[in-house]
Order: sequence, then structure tokens, then C-alpha cells
Amino acid sequence: MAITSKDVRHVAALARLSPTDEDVELYTGQLQRILAHVEKISELDTEGVEPITTTAPVSGRMREDVVIKGLMNEDALKNSPLSARDSFKVPKIIE
Amino acid sequence: MLGTIEELQERFRNRELTSKGLTEAFLRRIDEVDDSVGAFITVSKDEALEASDTADNRMNGDGEITSLTGIPVSVKDIFCTKGTPTTCGSRILEGFVPPYDATVVRKLKEAGAVIIGKNNMDEFAMGSSTENSAYKKTKNPWDLTRVPGGSSGGSAASVAAGECIASIGTDTGGSIRQPAACCGVVGLKPTYGRVSRYGMIAFASSLDQAGPITRNVRDAAELLGVIAGFDPRESTSIDLPVPDYTAGLGGGVKGLRVGIPGEYFIDGIDGEVSTAVQNAINFFKDQGAEIVDISLPHTEYAVSVYYIVATAEASSNLARYDGVRYGQRVDDGDGLLEMYKKTRDRGFGAEVKRRIMLGTYALSSGYYDAYYKKASQVRALIKRDFDLAFKECDIMLTPTAPTAAFKIGEKTSDPLTMYLSDIFTISSSLAGIPAISLPCGFTTEGLPIGLQIIGNTLDEATVLRAAHAYETGTEWHQKRAKL
Repeated sequence: MAITSKDVRHVAALARLSPTDEDVELYTGQLQRILAHVEKISELDTEGVEPITTTAPVSGRMREDVVIKGLMNEDALKNSPLSARDSFKVPKIIE
Repeated sequence: MLGTIEELQERFRNRELTSKGLTEAFLRRIDEVDDSVGAFITVSKDEALEASDTADNRMNGDGEITSLTGIPVSVKDIFCTKGTPTTCGSRILEGFVPPYDATVVRKLKEAGAVIIGKNNMDEFAMGSSTENSAYKKTKNPWDLTRVPGGSSGGSAASVAAGECIASIGTDTGGSIRQPAACCGVVGLKPTYGRVSRYGMIAFASSLDQAGPITRNVRDAAELLGVIAGFDPRESTSIDLPVPDYTAGLGGGVKGLRVGIPGEYFIDGIDGEVSTAVQNAINFFKDQGAEIVDISLPHTEYAVSVYYIVATAEASSNLARYDGVRYGQRVDDGDGLLEMYKKTRDRGFGAEVKRRIMLGTYALSSGYYDAYYKKASQVRALIKRDFDLAFKECDIMLTPTAPTAAFKIGEKTSDPLTMYLSDIFTISSSLAGIPAISLPCGFTTEGLPIGLQIIGNTLDEATVLRAAHAYETGTEWHQKRAKL
């Protein structure tokens, strides 16, 4: 299941990256070597093994539905590269 | 000699020392050595001096005094600090000034600690050498031509270089323990969920955990007691009382069952590392511990599982850096999608992009079952290995890293070689269990060697007691890097 440069371009697009041709070539080689290593796990029989995605002893804890102080709008916008009228500003989406 | 935090508190009480005086001394030290060490991205001089004044007033008045009141510490630049820039070692967060404190930072401040600055790190904590920082390279204080380890390399180097008393780092696959080993200091990764991740910039959320990097085991116990505890703002935070981690120190290791996992003593280990760890095992035996051979059969799969699970989580976590809400934006006027891509292309370094792509691939349609699901199943097997082994032992002893600190630039061209520096720390991260690294010797070149002690879930106290017993009986921790 060797990763190809086409796969790398596809994955980069999914991840909102646009590597140069030179980078694609470099990443393809590196990812091939990394994947060849990690594919070692395929040799294990994991039939019936329940996957774990966390070791946390708790999950989905509920809390009382009470209002607590959060970030004020002004503070939340302070780090935005571009904001206007109490909102984050983004480039035009609809032509 | 500075001694332990406990001894400093004694000197504060006896009026031999003030927090202000101590803080000024560390700021001078940073001035003297940090040009060559590079442990800090930001030095918070004014805030630190102000905090030290407050601490001195607290100690002179009726204010509550904690073990950390007046103690100068640094924190990895992954923790949000209200009003102080936080970069996570990345260009994409250049100029970001958090509007709130991470819970860890809030707890330090409430305890009266003096936060002296923010430490350099591998970008988004991805790396084992701190060479992936977008800002600077941190040098190992024991040998400036070598790396300090990573990703909390700035934290470990700042403690080893005497620029602060202690630091808080984070560990996803070894990022506290491996740099602690490289820099000859103590580094503790607590149980997953023991310390709140709120305000700690996410890399791999099911693995990330904050912990102390200190000059001795007692200080690590003191710091853990301050930063640990339940946080309603964090959904995986453990809701259990925090014990006094210093209470059991001095209890020794007589009768303690010490497991030696055969899979950790492999051919690839440097001979001097192997000898030093073997000597440490003999020390525990001489002190009356019972040495038990144990097996963790899935150890050889841990690095593979980690580089699937951690990158998958990272690809999702790092989707938030889109140039909209914080950090840098690159917009050439060619639409939203291009703005995202240019912002991320320009803002992320090579290793971060590599991991985002690897994680995206592992989660992508057609590959999910073979990679992410399979890795999560093998992670369950790794966890089960530990569960079974801890029926036969109380702690485990292993090397922290297969070699001492390597040369700057030595592993940058081959990512896979770099990944393998974490082979001994990754398994316990995947299992979410606590582990500490502490000095257990030096190579003939004078580089520190780290001993790892792994404990069972929430059993930091036994890990610390065993580490303290070893430290008390040896002199490695008293050696200081000459700068």
C-alpha cells in the first residue's frame, strides 16, 4: 500500500495545504518510509479486540446547566487578523 | 548550591533570601547564559519581578503560603498565559496573546509561584530535539553542540542551565522524560487526566499530559501537588483528590516489586546507557526491592501505533489554524480556500505538515480501518500488557532513551530515525500511566543518562518514592552542567 505522489497531493488538499512539486516528492519518500515502518501493526491478529481511543477513566461527563463567565466578545476578537462589527472577517465566499 | 524548593522555603522563612532577590538572580543568569542555551522564547522580566514582590508581601503578611510561593519557574510555550505571547514554537501563532490562563498556569500563579518566562519547544510539541522550533535552536547545557531532547527541550535546558528552579513541560510520547534524560534533570509525566489540559495547546488530545521538570525528585512531588487536580473545564480531567506526593518520600523500596521488561533491553541501546541502567537495577536490589522479570509483548508495535494515533489526532486538532481567529493570515485576495492554504503553508514547519498529512492519510476514506482502527486495537493490547504486568510488579525500570543526547542536525534529515528516540517512552503514553525520568549516570563524554520508572495508573506516589530512594542513594543529580 505504498503512498504515491498523487495520494500526497490528495491528502495535502484535504488538510488545506498546497506543497510545491519539490515538497511533494520529498514528503512522498518520507511518508513511504514511515508507513513502511508503521505497517508492522498489520502482522498482528486483532480480531475481536475492542479498540481504545482514550485511557481516561471518565468520558462524556455531564455538568449542571448553569451560566458561567466565558470570554467576552472583545477579548475573543483581539487576536483575530481581521475583524469588523464584532465578528471575525473572512474573504468573500460567495461570488 | 540552591538545594530543594523545601530548603528555599526555609531560607525565605529565615529571612536569608527574598523571592525578589532570587528572581533577580535567575533573570541575571538568563541574561548571562541564554544567548548560548536558547531555552526561552519569552522572558517575562517585569511580570516576574512584580510576582516576586507580591510573593514577598505574602510571606511578610498574612497571605497563605504554599510550597511554591516565591519560587521562580518557567513554563513551556504551549501553555496559554494571559497577556503574554504564546507561540507553541510555531510561526502560525506569532503574535498570539491569550485572553486567559491555562489551568496549570492559573494554579501556579495562585500558589504564588513566579513565572519567569516561556520555554522553547518543537513546533506544536512535534519532535524529540527542539530543532523543530520556528524560533530558535535550544542547546544542551552539558554540551552546546548537542540537542536538549524534545519536545520540552527549552524546559529541560532552562532547569539544567540554572535559569529557573523548575519548569512545566508536556509529554505526548516522551516529551517531558526524554529531554529530562538528555539534560540530566528529573521529568515526570503523570497519569493521563491527572493534570488539566485546559489552555494547553492540543497536539494529540488522548495522550497530551503536563508535568514538572525539576532538579530533584522532591521538587517534582511538590510541583505535581500544585498543578494536579480536577478541572470542570476539562472533559477528561480525573475527579479524585490529590494526595500529598511528598508524604511517602523517604519510605524506601524494601519489598517493592520492581519489574524489568525484557523488551526494553534490546540491541539498539547504547552500551553505556545499558550499563548505567543495569547498575540502577542492582541498586534497587541492594536496597531490598524484589526484582521481577516481566514481559510487555507488544512493545515493538508502540512507535507504529503512536505515529498513527498521535498524527491522526493532530491532523484534526491543527485544523483550527486557519488564519481566522488568531495568529497569522496570508491572504492574496484569491478566496477563502487559498487563504487557508497559504496561511497554513507559510505558518507550519515541515515536521508539522508531515504529521498533518500522515494523520490525514490514516483517517482518510479507504485507509481508516487499516491504520487508525487497527492502531487503536493494538493500543488496547499495549494497555493490556501493562495491566497484566502490574499484577506482578509495583513499578518498572527501563532506560528513558536508547542513547544520550545526540548532535544538533544528526537526525533532522530522516524523520523515522528521530521518531525512534522515543521507543521507551511511547508505550506508557499510549497506556496513560505515570512515568518519571531521573539521572542515573554519565557517558564517558560527560553526557547525562536517564533512568525511567513507570508506575500503574494514578500511582505517582510510588513512582516518586522509588525515584527519591534512588536519588538519595546516588549523587548523579548533584552534578551541574558547566556553562
